[in-house]
Amino acid sequence: MTTIFGIPLMVLFGQLLLGLINGAFYALLSLGLAVIFGLLKVINFAHGAQYMLGAFAALLGLEYLELDYWLALLIVPLVVGALGILIERFLLRRIQHIDHLYGLLLTFGLALIFEGTLVNLFGVSGSSYPVPEVLAGGFNLGFMFLPTYRAWVLVAALVVCLFTWFMIESTRLGAYLRAGTENPKLMQAFGVNVPLLVTLTYGFGVALAAFAGVLAAPIYPVSPTMGSSLLIVVFAVVVIGGMGSILGAILTGLAMGLIEGLTKVFYPEAANTVIFLVMIVVLLLRPTGLFGKEA
Amino acid sequence: MNITKHASLTAAALLLAPSLAQAEISGDAVKIGYLADMSGTYRDLAGPGGLEALNMAVEDFGGEINGAPIEVLSADDRNSADVGANTVRGWIDQDDVDLVAGMVASSVTIAVTNILKQKDKLGIVSGSAASSITNEHCTPNHIHWVYDTYPMANGTAKAIVDEGGDTWFLLTADYAFGHALESDVETVVKENGGEIVGKVRHPFPTNDFSSYILQAQGSGAKIVGLANAGSDTVNALTTASQFGLVQSGQTLAGLLIFLNDVHALGLDVTQGLQLTTGWYWDMDDESREWANRYFERTQRMPTMVQAGIYSSTLHYLNAVAETGSDAAATVREQMAATPVNDMFADDGRIREDGRMVHDMYLVEVKSPSESEGEWDLYEILRTIPAEEAFRPLSESQCSLVKG
Repeated sequence: MTTIFGIPLMVLFGQLLLGLINGAFYALLSLGLAVIFGLLKVINFAHGAQYMLGAFAALLGLEYLELDYWLALLIVPLVVGALGILIERFLLRRIQHIDHLYGLLLTFGLALIFEGTLVNLFGVSGSSYPVPEVLAGGFNLGFMFLPTYRAWVLVAALVVCLFTWFMIESTRLGAYLRAGTENPKLMQAFGVNVPLLVTLTYGFGVALAAFAGVLAAPIYPVSPTMGSSLLIVVFAVVVIGGMGSILGAILTGLAMGLIEGLTKVFYPEAANTVIFLVMIVVLLLRPTGLFGKEA
Repeated sequence: MNITKHASLTAAALLLAPSLAQAEISGDAVKIGYLADMSGTYRDLAGPGGLEALNMAVEDFGGEINGAPIEVLSADDRNSADVGANTVRGWIDQDDVDLVAGMVASSVTIAVTNILKQKDKLGIVSGSAASSITNEHCTPNHIHWVYDTYPMANGTAKAIVDEGGDTWFLLTADYAFGHALESDVETVVKENGGEIVGKVRHPFPTNDFSSYILQAQGSGAKIVGLANAGSDTVNALTTASQFGLVQSGQTLAGLLIFLNDVHALGLDVTQGLQLTTGWYWDMDDESREWANRYFERTQRMPTMVQAGIYSSTLHYLNAVAETGSDAAATVREQMAATPVNDMFADDGRIREDGRMVHDMYLVEVKSPSESEGEWDLYEILRTIPAEEAFRPLSESQCSLVKG
């Protein structure tokens, strides 16, 4: 059998595929962060908590309202997104005129409150969310056993990412959004309701996080702390891709998933660090990130 | 001059008299400080539920000893040795606490037991895993009640190798605790004629285990051993189930898994998993009766740690009542002289190194069809006798053990 550095090629294929699936998660989450940062210039530290809220909402919906997975995938992002809109309208907007660092502090505080409340109510062990029946089981690819649900995650995440990208790059609404990112004052002068745009954008970013949360629920145990560990990695992905760059967030997310996947085979001890190493190298060589515009 | 001296002696005697007449209970109250992780990773295995178990013990005892009330204080150590040590120092210096109970993260426990030794107060450790707590870190001032890494590795790994699981792949958390557990398991597996065919040291904590599970599947080992704990174990088990590890003929061996982990994961994921536990709520009538009372108060079945907190607190209170003293050395001596016979242990015994040795149990997680209720999770496969379960005193590095 062909081997690369002592690892059979087939095994490597499996690992790359898994990396790509993780990368799709990173892409989905960093996309939301990037969209929010692009327009609000706020680093949304509550993103991890909002992802967790998405997963929790799906779980509680199933337990108490018999809300099935497919409906949850649709409704939960709307509900959590609406919560995001309230946060923007009543909290973030009040501090938008001062240093954006305060936005970071505010969202960080909110994340702690969300997590703390749920820890108090549900404990930290978490619960499992059943894989929807249609997507249970898996298929044998010859070089690995691929659970159907993971394949679905890859497809769903990529579709949503590409859809978002298309919307921002090729529609009128997207054009407003991009213009608002460049020069909000001028946009306002042209009669575009920028504050509304900002509110909706934040809500949309939060909804993306919640969508990722619902997708993640059947894979990872749903627990109040599930978002906080992921947030730092996702934040690194956004920095590598270039703060606020939509395409950068998607491509970097996928690439980092692959790099992490390879590290897990060749030097597992460094798997949690490798993304940050890449971040340091990128910041040294291209301080604005791989896809960022020169400041 | 003589008169003054005489008078002051009399005065001193008069002042001392009332306290001598009463029992030798300091501060006229028995104070127990409950220290545990109340909000973090280890919350559910001890946490607020452990405090409830402690309160149950105090209530069952009657709330007072020879007229002295029993008071309970509690604090969150947030898994930080600094926070834990400062809390305990304050408890002893300002609140006159006599016993520190709970104690989960091993690092916190080792820091706290050092303070207990300095201040000559007693501690009962129920939540911690490290076997070093009664080995190189033993003190005359603490007792380790429920379990430690030695029986976890020894019990589970030995039983599995004996049953023919002789090739192992290890998933190890890449930090001190994981390394210790890994080396314990390696020793046990090799001593019993097994072989380690591969291992991965994963970062702590790890969210996605799919890559490591794939490597474990590729290794061809019969047994995939999890030398990790908490969320890492939970994540690894979930992923193993999704990738059909058990269905493809491999067996999982969890080395540090608690009832709350199995409950959280669900039986679909954990069925067939073998693990070692110090206690199980559905063991016998006595354990069931107590567990049901606990359930009524908390809506959860107790973990072995929570049961151990109840058992050890009652044992302590009995010793205080018996001796009429809350001095650490006196109480510990009395506790060690009395065998532990309660809902937790049969003929448990506190050794000179502070290790409470009792039977441990090798259990297998039931399949969803075997389980008759939300908490009907384990089937007991084998009782591991006390003398076989724990590290023998002949191998002890504890300074209290006379060689």
